Amino acid sequence: MVTMEGLYYSEDHEWVRVDGSRATIGITDYAQHALGKIVYVELPEMDEYYKAGDVFCVVESVKAASDSFAPVSGKVIEINEELEDSPQLLNEGPYENWITVIEMDDPTELENLMDEDAYKVFCEKEE
Amino acid sequence: MKKYDKLIFEISRKGRCAFSLPESDVPRVPLEDLIPSHLLTKEEVDLPEVSEVDVVRHYTLLSNKNYGVDTGFYPLGSCTMKYNPKINEDMSSLDCFANLHPYQPEDTVQGALALMYELDNMLSEISGMTRVSLQPAAGAHGEMTGLMIIKAYHENRGDTKRTKIIVPDSAHGTNPASAAVVGFDIIEVKSAKDGTVDMQSLKEALSDEVAGLMLTNPNTLGLFEKNIKEIANLVHEAGGLLYYDGANMNAIMGIARPGDMGFDVIHYNLHKTFSTPHGGGGPGSGPVGVKEHLVEFLPVPIVEKSGDRYFLDYEKPLSIGKVKSFYGHFGIMIRAYTYILAMGAAGLREASQKAVLNANYMMIRLKDHYKLPIEEVCMHEFVLGGLKEETNGVITLDIAKRLLDYGYHPPTIYFPLIVHEAMMIEPTETESRETLDEFIEALIKIAKEAKDDPNMLKEAPHNTPVRRIDEALAARSPILKWQKE
Amino acid sequence: MHRYIPNTDGDALAMMDAIGIISMDELFRNIPDNLKLSADLKLDPGLSEPEIEQRMKELGGNNRSVNDLVCFLGAGAYDHYIPSVIKHLAKRSEFYTAYTPYQPEISQGTLQVIFEYQTMICGLTGMDVSNASLYDGATACAEAAIMAADSTRRSTILVSKTVDPETRRVLENYMHFRNIEIKEIPMSEGVTDPEALNTLIGTDSAAVIVQSPNFFGIIEDLTEIERITHDNKSLLISSVDPISLAVLKKPAEYGVDIAVGDAQALGNNLNYGGPYLGFMAVTSKLMRKMPGRIVGQSLDADGRRAFVLTLQAREQHIRRYKATSNICSNQNLNSLIASIYMVTLGKKGLMEAAYQCTEKAHYAANRLTASGKYKLAFKQPFFKEFALIGPADADLINKELIKDNILGGYNLNRDYGIQNGVLLCVTEKRTRYEIDRLAALMEVLS
Repeated sequence: MVTMEGLYYSEDHEWVRVDGSRATIGITDYAQHALGKIVYVELPEMDEYYKAGDVFCVVESVKAASDSFAPVSGKVIEINEELEDSPQLLNEGPYENWITVIEMDDPTELENLMDEDAYKVFCEKEE
Repeated sequence: MKKYDKLIFEISRKGRCAFSLPESDVPRVPLEDLIPSHLLTKEEVDLPEVSEVDVVRHYTLLSNKNYGVDTGFYPLGSCTMKYNPKINEDMSSLDCFANLHPYQPEDTVQGALALMYELDNMLSEISGMTRVSLQPAAGAHGEMTGLMIIKAYHENRGDTKRTKIIVPDSAHGTNPASAAVVGFDIIEVKSAKDGTVDMQSLKEALSDEVAGLMLTNPNTLGLFEKNIKEIANLVHEAGGLLYYDGANMNAIMGIARPGDMGFDVIHYNLHKTFSTPHGGGGPGSGPVGVKEHLVEFLPVPIVEKSGDRYFLDYEKPLSIGKVKSFYGHFGIMIRAYTYILAMGAAGLREASQKAVLNANYMMIRLKDHYKLPIEEVCMHEFVLGGLKEETNGVITLDIAKRLLDYGYHPPTIYFPLIVHEAMMIEPTETESRETLDEFIEALIKIAKEAKDDPNMLKEAPHNTPVRRIDEALAARSPILKWQKE
Repeated sequence: MHRYIPNTDGDALAMMDAIGIISMDELFRNIPDNLKLSADLKLDPGLSEPEIEQRMKELGGNNRSVNDLVCFLGAGAYDHYIPSVIKHLAKRSEFYTAYTPYQPEISQGTLQVIFEYQTMICGLTGMDVSNASLYDGATACAEAAIMAADSTRRSTILVSKTVDPETRRVLENYMHFRNIEIKEIPMSEGVTDPEALNTLIGTDSAAVIVQSPNFFGIIEDLTEIERITHDNKSLLISSVDPISLAVLKKPAEYGVDIAVGDAQALGNNLNYGGPYLGFMAVTSKLMRKMPGRIVGQSLDADGRRAFVLTLQAREQHIRRYKATSNICSNQNLNSLIASIYMVTLGKKGLMEAAYQCTEKAHYAANRLTASGKYKLAFKQPFFKEFALIGPADADLINKELIKDNILGGYNLNRDYGIQNGVLLCVTEKRTRYEIDRLAALMEVLS
């Protein structure tokens, strides 16, 4: 399982890359592996506001459908439209390929997320 | 035999036809004189043009690419793929049953109404319920109907805070989906290791917000829920009702009855227990039976009898209403009725006994080669957990696919979810000892192949009309209809 | 020993020996004794095949089929001609004794039939995507309403009064339990009233449901309704008669979002109300919101074309309570029959059947209204059914007609309070002689 330094991780296996108030969100290597071949990503809607914990995206594989919960609250300011035609990008490079960018309205919510080391330990327990 | 790989559209040739209608004997009038042209289509209807012999060959060759119960053994757990007696088909095709219009005057359909009335009685007797509605179209539809009845019952008592249904995590996916359709919230309770209800979890889940508990007994692991009476008491004391998913009725006909166990509502699958064909996915039929206190909530109409006359009774003010058009899948009811006539009380009991015997026999013979998660006498089916020891990364899917090469339909795989690498085997009573032995030998041979030639297993099947299919490709770039190149 | 159970008592003994038990009862030891039945079920003893035939023929003798009677009854279930090839092909047991095609390698027959069915339903309706069929036209309509509410996140459904009352009853029931509100769009002159729709529609309206030809057989012009619906960002659901689509404007030509209907008319027996099949076809935008099975094309390991159930992440066995619907079957044998019917009639045959329905229905309407004793309830263009108002209640008229072996029309007093109203149906099966006889008999009734 691959993880990346400098990212925040949620218990639902999303990663968050922070750049000022911009939070770029994707799913982790652990998540893509557990799902198997990803066949469809139901992207969030532009300008939609999500509270932390809301379902903002659904990732589907042949045999599973997994809700993704917003790790932080905020408004959707970018979506990765490339995933519409090539959902397998999330399998091929889970950290290069992101799902959405959210304009955070409360960066302190990041404190509820894990850093890389904590996430590694968390995944070991999940096994 | 020739490999046939054409779509009907690819054999279409302009000008060919397979239809024959007499020429119209009323004066021919241009269509535009009958219907204003702005209501008519501008496009010609897009259908193939083929001759009658093309039609016959096309579907015959396609049927050769299928595998049915008539082709061979079909031990698909929880689906009860028993033999479909041919007389059932003949009876359902009789002109006097197949060609009745649903709105015909009751005087002209007394035979059909009598059949429905008697089938209601038979099914009530078999399950120990008071009345049965034949309207639901399938198992999932029966679940939905039964849950609507439960909701209507509580609402009628003014008990409106009961918005939750308890479903064990071992349940079939339709249970929670049906509860959601009826607007219930779902509480999933964990099962014990053997798939039975964990009493502690159940007690914690029960409250005055719970409308009912959905259960199948025997459960999805093929084990009888010994504590059923206690469970029923707990649910009833908490003010809830008990729902019986009839998927596994084939284990207990003439031996025990859901009604006596304390269930309030049950749905049957006529296409499982009562030998009506699965049809490659339908039509099924999912009658719903209820106890006395729920009869007034059954869908309308229900067939009643007054003197010698049968009639459709719509006068049920507390009824939930209609769940589908007309009266249900009458064509399927005829088949189930014919089957019950053929079996009688003794035959049904023998069917359940032999179904359970067949399952236990297979379980005993396979447990040295495949993991058996629970060592306990099973009912009509049992669940294995893949190969006895992990071998060269061979998984249940590979074993299932290899069985296709041996000429068998594989068991249900990866269900129930609570058993790792699950293979759920249900032989039914209509299979002989020799068939079971041959299938067991095939599975033992495959276990050996897993050691000797694992790659051959991972690439199986090898002798089927097509090989493993890329499901991810189908879902990523959906092609859902044929298009001209 | 029953004939459907091969294992003899001898076999059973040998098997019990292998298991290590001496009595069958030991297999049932987990069932508490107080739950075990102490006596046989109260059912008649099993019958032999000749006895079954005898019994069923006796029962059936109390029925009169539409082959004994001349059928002018429609109202949602139709007596069309069924080509002979259908029973020969649909009764192939490789089709009817198979399970759902979860093992695609040995189910290519079923899967390809569904793929072709989906293609032809798209061809008839002009829509982008079809599923593999639903229980019937009424439940297909209810599923469409739920789908519209989910995808628009609105919770009111507007349904025209001209939609089949049986469909509306099922719809009402589904919506009640789903907490979706239903409002009825009034009719005017037998068609959906666009002005009334304009008043009723609002920001919470998920969908507008109409039917054409509607319950009275009238062909509705959906142009204005489509504009009002889409201006409000609601979805338009249209219920259609598949045979009519050979000649009438297709749902897609009107800009319909979800086309549904009952396809019994495509080669299925009347079966006293079922099994039939509901079809559903949608725009590509709604593809992933659609309930029911869908078959897609793919490739096998050797690169050959192959078919497989797809987009399964929508369905109950994966999504459980979040599924788009709880349905897990399709009306597969019925859609097989519908497919064979569409292929057999083909382009020309279906157009001819639709044409003959239209002209024979119009001939009948002219004959019946010639003397003035009966008049058309609405002056509107119609397809194969039309509503008449006569001198007496339809039940009374039908009672007389049945004496002459004629199955009369549907009583419109029942659902619409149209006094002495009757809905007659004339398919391509009816002959001029039969229509003339109906007209002559009805003329002398009072």
